[in-house]
Amino acid sequence: MAEPLTQQEVDTWRLPVPGGALIVAPLDRLTQWARRNSLWSLTFGLSCCAIEMMATAGSRYDLDRFGMFFRATPRQADVMIVAGWVSVKMAPFIRRLYDQMPEPKYVIAMGGCASAGGPYRDSITVVKGVDQFVPVDVYVYGCPPRPENLINGILHLQERIRHEKALTRRGAPVPAREPVIIGGEA
Amino acid sequence: MTAMQPAVGASTSSDMTINLGPQHPSTHGVLRLMVALDGEYVKSCRPVVGYLHRGLERMMAARPYRQSVPFTDRLDYCASLNSNLAISQAIERIGGMAVPERAQYLRVMLCEMNRIASHLIFFGTYAADIGATTAFLYAFRERERLLDLLEAYTGARLTCNWIRPGGVASDMPEGYAQAVCAFLDGFLKELDAYDTLLTGNPIFRVRTEGVGIISPEKAIAYGASGPVLRGSGVNIDLRRTEPYDAYPRTQFDVPLRTEGDCLARYLVRVEEMRQSARIIRQCLREMPEGEHWGKQPKVFRPAAGEAYSRTESPRGELSIYLVSDGTANPVRVRVRGPSFVHLSMLPELVRGVKVADMIAILGSLDTVLGEVDR
Repeated sequence: MAEPLTQQEVDTWRLPVPGGALIVAPLDRLTQWARRNSLWSLTFGLSCCAIEMMATAGSRYDLDRFGMFFRATPRQADVMIVAGWVSVKMAPFIRRLYDQMPEPKYVIAMGGCASAGGPYRDSITVVKGVDQFVPVDVYVYGCPPRPENLINGILHLQERIRHEKALTRRGAPVPAREPVIIGGEA
Repeated sequence: MTAMQPAVGASTSSDMTINLGPQHPSTHGVLRLMVALDGEYVKSCRPVVGYLHRGLERMMAARPYRQSVPFTDRLDYCASLNSNLAISQAIERIGGMAVPERAQYLRVMLCEMNRIASHLIFFGTYAADIGATTAFLYAFRERERLLDLLEAYTGARLTCNWIRPGGVASDMPEGYAQAVCAFLDGFLKELDAYDTLLTGNPIFRVRTEGVGIISPEKAIAYGASGPVLRGSGVNIDLRRTEPYDAYPRTQFDVPLRTEGDCLARYLVRVEEMRQSARIIRQCLREMPEGEHWGKQPKVFRPAAGEAYSRTESPRGELSIYLVSDGTANPVRVRVRGPSFVHLSMLPELVRGVKVADMIAILGSLDTVLGEVDR
């Protein structure tokens, strides 16, 4: 856990020079700042929630405002939004996509199905939550969640990154991350 | 240069099998296409479905009849109200329930609003598939306004669960008709603008004209329905041929194209949005006063028998078959979805075309994988 990055701290990085300014910053703080403000997400929709995810990226809600940008390959993605129910047949592919993403990587479980099975909890083919095979950082409730709620989840994820230590020594143990559960009564 | 080396310019590519999906953005959900390629050309294509399978029919059969309505929201999630209507009609038929006249008009109005929302998703994503990202942003701007209206009435943007056996869950809120009319005025103007943006676009036309031609015979043989069938010149629309609810009392044209290519299917859908707007206006104008909810038994135990309902969803014929044995739960629920049928045409349609055209053809079929897999 690091000191949370504040705007005041970012402002102190600016070093005026004749004809402009330089940015002089500690590398781990700069990395943290960049990481938080350019969360690229994997273009990957499963079902109903994917339509709401499209709406969130669309004209009115405009995810680009938060530096969020959909990339079609896991190798360029930082965050994976699991939008929809996950069947037993689909789960290995999601795990493979997750494994293909470079560290640091985050997972948002969007909606009831991805969080815990949702309305299909008693179906034999639906996995009861993606946390059974990938670590989840933020659970967003709703069936499907409204775009505002998904944005809320993304902001919570950014807040978490703000508190994270960006650079660690090679081989140092990765601290366990507690998931954030948004809204709802437990 | 030895004799073993091929001449410059000759095709050196051997057959290659690649997987498209199951998470490929252009497959509209979770569809895997196993494609055998010869260079840029598709030799064969095998769609692999089932990545969204959740045993929906079995789950619906394990519940009392009226509890299966929310599941249909998530069947064809782009048009949840149309799916609600299909199951509600089947339940009404098996239980012999009557729907008040006002509810019939409300249903038609809601279904047509959802049809516009669904076709707007098609408009945006199809353009994005072909490479025109701008249209997506325009389509979703208009769709958000429509979803505001749906939300004001049903409380949900996507999974409305509002058309229920016996009627609709509640009457329209105050001033709703004016709000819908105001939206339609603006929407039709915007639609004309979108037409110029995309329909007249030479790149779009080259990518869609003459691509993926389905002959009327083939469309009928496969059991195609909806815009795919009407894009091939077969004039069958269940709202006209087997009218239900308030459709017999509304006037509208059934858009028809004879070309059978991707552009024809696209044009049919765009024209359908205009006709939907016309139907919504008529519904609002002619809606009688009265109940929105028919008389219903507290415990619903229909007599042993079966019922089949056919409805025209934005994608085509969505039918539900119910079998009752006299208990509170159905014995069997069967969903006949249009997307599954249309997807089964894909291997034949894409044989010999280029990879990029395969995406254009797949997009023009407008499949929803939630309804393919069930």
